[in-house]
Amino acid sequence: MIDALTFAASLAALALAAWCGFAFKRDQPTKDWHFIGMAVVSVLVLLQLVIGLVRLAGGDKPAQGTAIFVAYLLGAAAAVPAAGFMSLAERTRWGSATVSAGAVILAVLEVRLYDIWGG
Amino acid sequence: MSESTDAQAKSGFDLGQGPGRLLVWLYGVFTVAAASRSVVQMILDFGRAPLAYALSAAAAVVYAFITYSLVRGGESARKAALVCCAAELAGVLTVGTWTLVAPSAFPDATVWSDYGMGYLFIPVILPVTAMIWLRRSER
Repeated sequence: MIDALTFAASLAALALAAWCGFAFKRDQPTKDWHFIGMAVVSVLVLLQLVIGLVRLAGGDKPAQGTAIFVAYLLGAAAAVPAAGFMSLAERTRWGSATVSAGAVILAVLEVRLYDIWGG
Repeated sequence: MSESTDAQAKSGFDLGQGPGRLLVWLYGVFTVAAASRSVVQMILDFGRAPLAYALSAAAAVVYAFITYSLVRGGESARKAALVCCAAELAGVLTVGTWTLVAPSAFPDATVWSDYGMGYLFIPVILPVTAMIWLRRSER
């Protein structure tokens, strides 16, 4: 996969985690700007999902197996949107903490994706 | 989360709100992680490490039940979740010790290997945090 995209998604995820962690610290729920941030991260990860699937369709083989690679791609694509929906239901600082945790999980998934692809 | 608000109306408190929401999220993620891990490994090569894969599947069931209990809310769900968290903690400690004492029994890792080191030790931190939360939301 395109390493630059994985790297960008990880950095964006960590930035989102820090930003929402800051909102948690200031006792604030997620606001419109946070959701725009989540959208940016989600677009990056969806792009990664599409490119990953196209590369698989083109005959590339991930080093640690196709099934595991696709599972991680889907997990990465779902992580931040799912956390975002939970923060819509939780209009307190704990909604921000949930998104922050989701973004950290995404960053971990990106590192694993890099390994699975064979970086 | 309409189910949880219904449960709240009936029982007077909700386990899946406030800090509980974060726990629901983390337990949900670990349910998916443990379940997909065991399913993929069992399909690909069950014979390589059947014990490890079965333990991952058992962990997934425990995580799924705790997630469900937190979302459902209410006194009976709270008690059931407390028991499961204790079982989860016991499982992490047992499997963690087991993998260190007899690594040959585990050709492949489980979610709970080495006290959950591969998962940033969250498997051992999570049940403790959840039990504190479940005890505090008793009233």
